[in-house]
Amino acid sequence: MDLKYTQDDLLFREEVRAFISEAYTPDLQQQMSRSKNGYMGKDAHVSWQKRLYEKGWAAPNWPVEHGGAGFSPTQKFIFTQEMDSAGAPHPIAFGLAMVAPVIMAFGSDEQKQRFLPDILASNVWWCQGYSEPGSGSDLASLQMKAEDKGDHYLCNGSKIWTTMAQHADWIFCLVRTAKTEKRQEGISFLLIEMDSPGVKVAPLVTLDGPAKGQQEINQVFFEDVKVPKENLIGEENKGWTYAKYLLEFERGNPYSAGLNRALSKVRKLANSVASDGETLADDPDFQRKANDLERQIMAMEATELRIFSEISAGQNIGSGSSSLLKTRGTEIKQDVAQLAVEAIGQYGFPFVSDTQSSANTPDVGLDGAPIIVPSYLNKRKETIYAGSNEIQRNIIAKAVLGL
Amino acid sequence: MDFSFTEEQTLLRNMVQSFVSDNYDFDMRMKIVRSEDGMDRAIWQQFAELGLLAAPFSEEMGGLDGGPVETMVIMEELGRGLVVEPYLPTIVLCGGILNRHGSAAQKEGHLPGIIAGENIWALAFNEPQGRFNLADIVTSARAEGDGYVLNGAKAVVLGGPWADKLIVSARISGDQRDRDGVGLFIVDKSADGVSTQDYPTVDGGRASEVTLENVTVSGDAMIGDAGSGLDILEEAVDYGIAAICAEAIGHMKMLNDATVEYCRTRKQFGVPIGSFQVLQHRMVDMFMEYEQSVSMTYMVNMKLNEDAAARAKAAAGAKVQIGKSGRFVGQQAVQLHGGMGMTEELNVGHFFKRLTMIDTQFGNVDHHLKRFAAA
Repeated sequence: MDLKYTQDDLLFREEVRAFISEAYTPDLQQQMSRSKNGYMGKDAHVSWQKRLYEKGWAAPNWPVEHGGAGFSPTQKFIFTQEMDSAGAPHPIAFGLAMVAPVIMAFGSDEQKQRFLPDILASNVWWCQGYSEPGSGSDLASLQMKAEDKGDHYLCNGSKIWTTMAQHADWIFCLVRTAKTEKRQEGISFLLIEMDSPGVKVAPLVTLDGPAKGQQEINQVFFEDVKVPKENLIGEENKGWTYAKYLLEFERGNPYSAGLNRALSKVRKLANSVASDGETLADDPDFQRKANDLERQIMAMEATELRIFSEISAGQNIGSGSSSLLKTRGTEIKQDVAQLAVEAIGQYGFPFVSDTQSSANTPDVGLDGAPIIVPSYLNKRKETIYAGSNEIQRNIIAKAVLGL
Repeated sequence: MDFSFTEEQTLLRNMVQSFVSDNYDFDMRMKIVRSEDGMDRAIWQQFAELGLLAAPFSEEMGGLDGGPVETMVIMEELGRGLVVEPYLPTIVLCGGILNRHGSAAQKEGHLPGIIAGENIWALAFNEPQGRFNLADIVTSARAEGDGYVLNGAKAVVLGGPWADKLIVSARISGDQRDRDGVGLFIVDKSADGVSTQDYPTVDGGRASEVTLENVTVSGDAMIGDAGSGLDILEEAVDYGIAAICAEAIGHMKMLNDATVEYCRTRKQFGVPIGSFQVLQHRMVDMFMEYEQSVSMTYMVNMKLNEDAAARAKAAAGAKVQIGKSGRFVGQQAVQLHGGMGMTEELNVGHFFKRLTMIDTQFGNVDHHLKRFAAA
């Protein structure tokens, strides 16, 4: 057993750091630090991802033949850690990390050529059409219909919680192509262009109160939308298999570096909050909470290292492990956000809708204060999405404990 | 011992409840919150007509002679409707200070206008550096002639944008965090030297940063004795805590009912999600948090008239309970509503936001646990 990185790994880490310090510009840093939900404007995301693309790092998880970075498992881990430590945005996952692996695994050669290069270069923006108003944790109950009309499918229905759909050029959808007794068997995986006639995007306003056009999630409506058959991935009615394959890519990410960064921001904040003639950072209650969170993050990091060293040794990450990471990671994230709310005290009250464009006017009371409570509210989503934490615990109970 | 409500108190509850359900549904509330003014003056006038603004004041002032229990009943029902109109700052905080400590002239001069709904008041007691310490006051009150000259900045004055009058805490003598030497002053918001920066708040209200620059007030603008302002202020804040505890149990009741109802009807995997034991236990925990919050709310409201130490212990204890329970109930109500709980379309998230800010208002869990230990 050895906790140390090899010399090569350390050199790689230096390279990542050098890249970040040059490419993650003050302007991007400012936009991220003023974001309530972790997203910037479309242009900022695209320009950032294009920098990664130019460096050859747009797709750490892709095979090299398709333009992947060719990282070793350790390098992938270091890469994510360094990005998170710097607070750099994760590339928007829907294209690069979600639909692309499905296209690679199940798409035709023609589909690979048609879609993958543009995804890699961030020329197109993708969003995900899985959940429906009646289908959340129970995804297989989805209703959106795609009727066979010869050369095309006629699609009707709606998708919900569609992140950043307002920016998207394409959406990948799970649609019902057959009524079967086993609900999982009548589902297909379809790619739909967002500017097709009959597609409508309606914003859903989340608790953090985004400014107009900056909403994180949407509902997408499909009314008699014609989708060419060539946009079907794999076989008709086999979409559930592909969907499950994709979900594996939604989980299993490390959290600790991002958590450490968030905690250190709260500590910095506490240094600037006056409390009984000292600063809040001197307050024993605050110290105890911050220290315990730091310790929990350390346990998280050690767990991540254990899991990722198993992956390096060629073992598969079990669903129990990724559920553990998701559950603990999101809960600690929420606790750190809560500590920030406690830290700013009364200056949690002022509400600012557009925190991005208010960056140049002084915040009421405390620099950065208008981000704190909205971020806390926004982070309640973490234990709900990508399989609620209740579902994650069910998975561990079943897959690991055999209950 | 008696935990029952009188017939009058029950009638009062029914009246407020039906007023809120008839005139202040969620859509109406959001319309008011998003309006330019941020409150509904017509609603405020109706509060006056219903006698709500008169409830805690003595009959000789035109009041209804109600006590803490009446205020508690009103606040709980306003809480169920997430009412944003400034009952707390105008009636409970400032009205309460005037009622308990105002001179005869101050009462006669100001209470009728409050009771009639003509004037709105706000309590300017926070300062930017003060955090939750009521005595941490830099704003100065310098004696000059018969009166005082006020200079300084007051922070997060809730209801400030709507107020005609402010009660301002300022330091007459002593050092920044001394208990002694604090005065409370009635200040016209339109007076020379008063300026405000107004803003909306996370929980749907409005607040102001208030700057005082050589604001002159006469000697009779001071409430109580020179230098005893902190005792009056602490008492007022404890009354405020008792009132927002009641508001919070109104929120929690609404959230718990909505969550149980949602889990009964929302089906996943072919069954209502309320049939899952893990969610049942969660809702049971929410229920138990609510019940303990109700108990603490009754307790603090019955102890407001006791001596300062007993009152402080009760208020601090209740505030810790409300802070913790409100957080748990709010977070879990959102969690159990899933994605819908994350949107502004349901009232669930709005109750959660208000409960989040209630923990901060008048000092959070950590602050009041320290105070509880010291009292």
